[in-house]
Amino acid sequence: MNKRLEEIVVENSDVIIKHWLEQVSEKRKSDYTSAISDELFRSTNREFINLIFSSVDKQGFTTELDDFSERLINLGWPLSYLTDGLQTFRRVTIDFILSQSEKIDSDRFSDVLDMVDKWIDPIINRLVNEYSGSWEHTVSLQRVALQELSAPLIPVMKNITIMPLIGTIDTERAKLIMENLLDGVIKHNSEVVLIDITGVPVVDTMVAHHIIQASEAVRLIGSTCILVGIRPEIAQTIVNLGIDLGKFPTKSSLRKGFETALELTDRKIVHSKEKDQTIENLLDSLDKG
Amino acid sequence: MDFKPCVNIRKEWDIVGARQLGREKAKEIGFGTVDQARIATAISELARNIYLYAGTGKICFEIVDDFEHKGLQIIAVDEGPGIRDISQVMEDGYTTSGGLGAGLPGVKRLMDHFDIISEVGEGTEIRASKWVR
Repeated sequence: MNKRLEEIVVENSDVIIKHWLEQVSEKRKSDYTSAISDELFRSTNREFINLIFSSVDKQGFTTELDDFSERLINLGWPLSYLTDGLQTFRRVTIDFILSQSEKIDSDRFSDVLDMVDKWIDPIINRLVNEYSGSWEHTVSLQRVALQELSAPLIPVMKNITIMPLIGTIDTERAKLIMENLLDGVIKHNSEVVLIDITGVPVVDTMVAHHIIQASEAVRLIGSTCILVGIRPEIAQTIVNLGIDLGKFPTKSSLRKGFETALELTDRKIVHSKEKDQTIENLLDSLDKG
Repeated sequence: MDFKPCVNIRKEWDIVGARQLGREKAKEIGFGTVDQARIATAISELARNIYLYAGTGKICFEIVDDFEHKGLQIIAVDEGPGIRDISQVMEDGYTTSGGLGAGLPGVKRLMDHFDIISEVGEGTEIRASKWVR
């Protein structure tokens, strides 16, 4: 009997498609897809309904369905367009089949529902999987990208290294900071490491704790850690929290920290007078001439 | 009193969500940058306590605007193990997780008003408010 039902649907696909298109267009008015041109919306609808029929017809998935969903994902169409479309198809089809049969008893009714569910549900599952797969993929890519940005270590000069921290520090990142810091100090043979927290929005006890631990570890391997980029509001919250940062040097800006780092490594910034001298020479030569 | 948006704390990143919402609210009410940072830090501490000790809970915000005060109230609620000795956790340097032990006493200092109710085995509710000056 299922075969018979399927035949009814396929034979009358024109009517069902017509109803479906009407309902989908009707729905669209109050919808998210308003930014999409009418023409594109219509052609996508056509393609979508044809795909539904072809997968009903073939009793299985087609590569076209995968292609179709992939294209919609790339274009950024919402998943609800597809699920709404399939729900509408379910309703339209059931309505149609029931209107075609003369006598409707409960057995027949549940048969029809069952049948249509068997067509629609696998397609919905497939599409939802496809979409969530693409989201998961994006999220995992971003996580990797974030991790790469997490705790960079920049050797700016012989024996001086800078670690700029930007954004929220969570437990995972705190671990990375510690590891990268220690690895880097050994690798670059740094005497001084500057940790710059200008870009850290909130310094709470956890963040402070991790920074203290990291600098303590740096001290143990024989280097000095200077905390720089402490904004005034952060300084006040640290004091309010009662966190003791007295054990290691801190500076308000990276520049000041860098100067201290130079001092610690017996160097200093000297302004070269070359430029002035050339001008003086020039003036001298003018005088002579 | 105004609406009461809440952030559920289930994973570590929810702390960031709570903090951002709180900071936004603080900005709306008209707190300066220093007080915004204080509020954000206090939220961070409270949310982290929920995450560390209770597992799950929520942080709610209430905008207070009456005759005496205008400000923001943070309400941290959990159904965790509760706190046995409140005076002990309010001491500086007391910690059970190897942290700095500055969380709750720190929050009290960061905010203008601080209230804690805790029942062992039932959970904890902390209310902390900051007034606009």
